[in-house]
Amino acid sequence: MSQITVEDVEYIAGLAQLEVDAATKARLTEELGKILGYVAKLNELDTRDVPPMMHALEMRNVFREDEAGPSLPRDLALRAAPSHDGQYFIVPRILDTDEV
Amino acid sequence: MAYEAVIGMEVHVEINTRSKVFCACSTAFDAPPNTNVCPVCLGMPGVLPVLNREMVNKTVAVGLALNCRISRWSKMDRKNYFYPDLAKNYQISQYDLPLCQEGFLDIEVDGATRRIGITRAHMEEDTARNTHSIGGGQSGVDFNRAGVPLLEIVTEPDLRSADEVYAYLTMLKQILEYLDASDCNIEEGSLRAEANVSVRPVGAQTLGVKTEIKNVASLHGVTKAVEYEIARHVRVLDEGGTITQETRGWDADRGLTFSQRQKESAHDYHYFPEPDLAPIVVDEAWEQRIREGLPELPAARRSRFSDQYGLSTYDAAILTATRAMADYFEATAACGADPKQAANWIMGDLQALLTLSAMDIRACPVQPDALAGMIALIDDGTISGKIGKDVLGEMFATGKTARAIVEAKGLTQISDADALRAVILEVIEKNPAQVEQYRSGKEKVLGFLVGQVMRATQGKANPRLLNDVLLAELRKP
Repeated sequence: MSQITVEDVEYIAGLAQLEVDAATKARLTEELGKILGYVAKLNELDTRDVPPMMHALEMRNVFREDEAGPSLPRDLALRAAPSHDGQYFIVPRILDTDEV
Repeated sequence: MAYEAVIGMEVHVEINTRSKVFCACSTAFDAPPNTNVCPVCLGMPGVLPVLNREMVNKTVAVGLALNCRISRWSKMDRKNYFYPDLAKNYQISQYDLPLCQEGFLDIEVDGATRRIGITRAHMEEDTARNTHSIGGGQSGVDFNRAGVPLLEIVTEPDLRSADEVYAYLTMLKQILEYLDASDCNIEEGSLRAEANVSVRPVGAQTLGVKTEIKNVASLHGVTKAVEYEIARHVRVLDEGGTITQETRGWDADRGLTFSQRQKESAHDYHYFPEPDLAPIVVDEAWEQRIREGLPELPAARRSRFSDQYGLSTYDAAILTATRAMADYFEATAACGADPKQAANWIMGDLQALLTLSAMDIRACPVQPDALAGMIALIDDGTISGKIGKDVLGEMFATGKTARAIVEAKGLTQISDADALRAVILEVIEKNPAQVEQYRSGKEKVLGFLVGQVMRATQGKANPRLLNDVLLAELRKP
């Protein structure tokens, strides 16, 4: 089983834009390792005769009707952003071309 | 060496629902930045998306129109990647169980029909729009577009030329418009076409290395880019070079493609079933309901127009190019107008008036019954076809009926032989030199004399009658 390293924690924290101090890093490294170890235990099960589960939800066909409702006031939408100019969310310049 | 091109298309179209695919925010195109947003489409923690039923309806309708098999059991998946146009760091899409699979679309190029395989059509959400004009090493992100319903339609690598690409896109666009599934406005980005292009020696079974052309802002642009790219592949291979698998953009001004970035060999999106959205089960009854609600599609309507109205293939194709134009034509014919005349007026003068005022036929100030009324006035000899052109222009400008305009302006055609003869005799008397020329065999002068009569009657002379009477008078000794 692959081991979680401090570098892994720093990488994930970076992606999630979280600032984590050294003590927390150490604790998270250990805890995440334990969680992965716990999940890895499931791999020991013999599932050859178990049909694959296609979806976690037992429900089906949950829809909303196509009606437009109110959106958030823009100042509220932007308020939690690390950076905005009153109209746009501001991010470091994107050099890549548009995905989709 | 002789090469053949192998092209597959990926088309993204925004489905024209009122609200977004997973939340109730409006899908309006031109709203100020970040005003059609809510916790769901901003990807706030703890929110739950709920699928818009209309998206399923319209996707199934498109699937059926493209002869696809509709999945009985389907699901949404998460496509994970980091990019500022995604608030959640994943896009909700469909991976291994798309709603529509294994269809086809027959296209016509140079009179021959080619069947293009449709691999799949799947539902997903559009992403935010990035603005690079903010400056200072920063980009602005507008989430109005995030969560707008998007349908991705993928073909098999069945296309063989730029002309086929153009025919495919044109037909696909027509079908989507007939279904009222999308506005297909390529300039506003509600239709985005990407082409995967490769070439191989004629007869080869394996595929060459492909490049992907993205971000082209018009159908003609896509066609030109594909044409350029095929020629580039052939040139590089003929010179002994190799094609690099990459994404290429299209420079419309310079008319060439350029490398945008290397394609990551295996972009691992870590797809997994979206746990926040329930599976979608479209049973036979639901599929049947949608099938029964499908409108007559462009190809069927085109051939019916030829059969039922006796129109040429060319006219039928023009009149069925949009559903609105086809509806307008049929409404005019239903009001009693001769179909061929109606077709000529609609494709000719009416279309010219619409183009001149940049107007869609759906907003045309001349309704089908009014056009039929004008054509009826020509048919019964009240006005000539030439006066009809002026009357139609006046109808277009004022919204008045043809009869009202003809009466108010006294445009009624002079179809009374005696009244016309009086004018003709006057013209003959005033132009003895020309009459003499005609009588001595210079028949071209007739046109001048006809023109003089027309001028004297302000164009109201019945042209055929004018001709008959004038000739009769000239032949008298």
